[in-house]
Amino acid sequence: MSGKSRRDFLKTTAVIGAGITGISTSTAKAGPKNVLSEDRMGVLVDTTVCVGCRNCEWACKDAHELPAGKLEDYENREVLKSKRRPDTTALTVVNEYSPGKNSNLPVDVKVQCMHCDHPACVSACIVGAFSKQENGSVIWDTDMCIGCRYCMAACPFQVPAFEYDKALNPLIMKCDFCFERTKEGKLPACVNICPVEALTYGTRTDLIKIARDRIKRNPDRYEDYILGENEVGGTSWLYISSKKFEELEFPKLGTKPAPGVSETIQHGIFSYFVPPVSLYALLGGIMWISKRRKELDEEVK
Amino acid sequence: MSHESINPVAIKHKYFTPGVIGLVIIAINGLVFLMGRFFFGIGAVTNLNNQYPWGLWIGVDVAAGVALAAGGFTTAALGHVMHREEYAAIVRPALLTAMLGYTFVATGVFVDIGRWYFIWHPLLMWNGNSALFEVGICVMIYLTVLYIEFLPIFTERFIGRVNLPGFLSKFNKPADKLLRVLDKGLSKTMFVFIIAGVVLSTLHQSSLGTLMVIAGPKMHPLWQTPILPLLFLLSAVAVGFPMVIFESLIASRSLKLKPEMHVLSKLGSMIAPLLGIYLAFKIGDMFIRETFVYLAEFNTASVLFTVELLFGVVIPLRMFLSHKVLKSPPLLFIAAGLVVFGVLLNRINNFVTAYTPPYATGSYFPSFGEISVTVGFVAMLVLAYRFIVLNFPVISLPGKQTAAQTKYTIKGGK
Repeated sequence: MSGKSRRDFLKTTAVIGAGITGISTSTAKAGPKNVLSEDRMGVLVDTTVCVGCRNCEWACKDAHELPAGKLEDYENREVLKSKRRPDTTALTVVNEYSPGKNSNLPVDVKVQCMHCDHPACVSACIVGAFSKQENGSVIWDTDMCIGCRYCMAACPFQVPAFEYDKALNPLIMKCDFCFERTKEGKLPACVNICPVEALTYGTRTDLIKIARDRIKRNPDRYEDYILGENEVGGTSWLYISSKKFEELEFPKLGTKPAPGVSETIQHGIFSYFVPPVSLYALLGGIMWISKRRKELDEEVK
Repeated sequence: MSHESINPVAIKHKYFTPGVIGLVIIAINGLVFLMGRFFFGIGAVTNLNNQYPWGLWIGVDVAAGVALAAGGFTTAALGHVMHREEYAAIVRPALLTAMLGYTFVATGVFVDIGRWYFIWHPLLMWNGNSALFEVGICVMIYLTVLYIEFLPIFTERFIGRVNLPGFLSKFNKPADKLLRVLDKGLSKTMFVFIIAGVVLSTLHQSSLGTLMVIAGPKMHPLWQTPILPLLFLLSAVAVGFPMVIFESLIASRSLKLKPEMHVLSKLGSMIAPLLGIYLAFKIGDMFIRETFVYLAEFNTASVLFTVELLFGVVIPLRMFLSHKVLKSPPLLFIAAGLVVFGVLLNRINNFVTAYTPPYATGSYFPSFGEISVTVGFVAMLVLAYRFIVLNFPVISLPGKQTAAQTKYTIKGGK
């Protein structure tokens, strides 16, 4: 190799290095909207009040243009005999459990997306379609979705569902906290219809105060625990209950945000592209040295 | 300029044999189920559901596919970056495996994502927080780099031999000229792509490990660890050479060539330390997180973890330390095969076995359709490999080192 090509080598390496670092500035900012507003909204679910009428299931389908059927049909309590999960046909479902403390009434638990404060789906989504909005809702842009289902693998509450039976345009679906309704000042459909006020809509800060207050005033009625206050860094939806939450099949989760470790690793490997560019330079150096050594060997010969 | 004492040639051998016809049938069976997936949706062909969003296709076609194609970057690092020319003979076959492997990884992703027609979205819509975004972008760029790295083999095949049919024959000269210009340009800039290929590989091999970290407690503690990216990188580096040995021995048997034992033995002697480093981190992690308690239970997870570690790492590690193994083609084949099996199982374990969703009503096992598609892809890969080595100068014939050849030489030019 001639002296000229060695110079070329270094020049090209430098140009490429500069090119990659150039990209880094824009990449560092790339990411979905993820705001944690002081007065983000939430819902407090008081499972001791819920009667399992499932009106919320109907209202939710109605608000999201899913086949809802007649409201009267939801009086049938047979469905409560088996446990259900939100899916693409119902974004929220109510499950029934045996009575809790100091009561002989069954415990009914509404299930839907928890709208995490540090959502795993927002962090995971390959195209950044998910976002945490000012009002607390975790929503997503369907037009961006590629259907990779990483949000489903990431979600600690196993919430997002996917239309596996559709060949074209299958959708990821989950509760969107009635983003379109609340934008117009309306209540979320489920909160609006609930006949017994088991669901309270308000700022998350207020809801925690209300929950604490209820537990304090009725220690016989409630377990002293607010689910969602600290789970995976806190969620917009909060639950209080007369039963331990493990018995209501809530997953046992720590208080650390779900995307924490993964994002730390990710940003460590790519901190302003320094590690990859350094590696590139290092390998370039090794390549140059080993090439040169070979040349010298041959010259000696 | 340095010299290589190798002479890669297109192997003269007939394409169809009974084994090849068997592969064609397996490939067609896979394609039939693949059509089912595109006409009736993912649910019609797979056992995936809202509890288990990822299955065999992500675990094997994508994760294991990327790992087993690691031979491409490890041999490039050895042969080109460190300039160890004694390994020149295996660089091209490894490059071909990587190129085909990554092509099928990309196809695997294309098949698995629900909205395949938006596969280009990550190019425009970025999420720097997402490990999957990192993997996706890196794989796309690396695939391009692999094709560029393969181009010299293409130009070498056709320079001075362009023979277009019919009226196109008047373009023979310009086409030849184009190839020569391309070849000249490539030989000057190839090092850029070679280094880029190694960097991109270390990045996405490790990020593939980061993928499941976000699943947190949904993943069995035997596998869930914050050092997953490191373990993925180390295992990918460790499986690179065994995969090259594995396929080189299969290819020489199938094409009736003498196995290149002088290169393969030397390559094999480097595997034990690489496996050792991986094993040390794996065991160390197990003791630091005290997850060995789960091995006392007898269930699918503990059995598969033990099999993965014992047959995939410990036994081949011991084998590669033995001179007898390094000198014997069958034993070398078994040892290399065990490492390949171990990494394959590790990726399946990480993405399928370890995944335990909180509201699972059953467990996941791939459907016949899913298995057909995966096996069909592997068959297609082997068929494509065979076609290319029979038509392009990829494999170097031992003992036929006639012309000493310059790296990225310009044949007939100058």
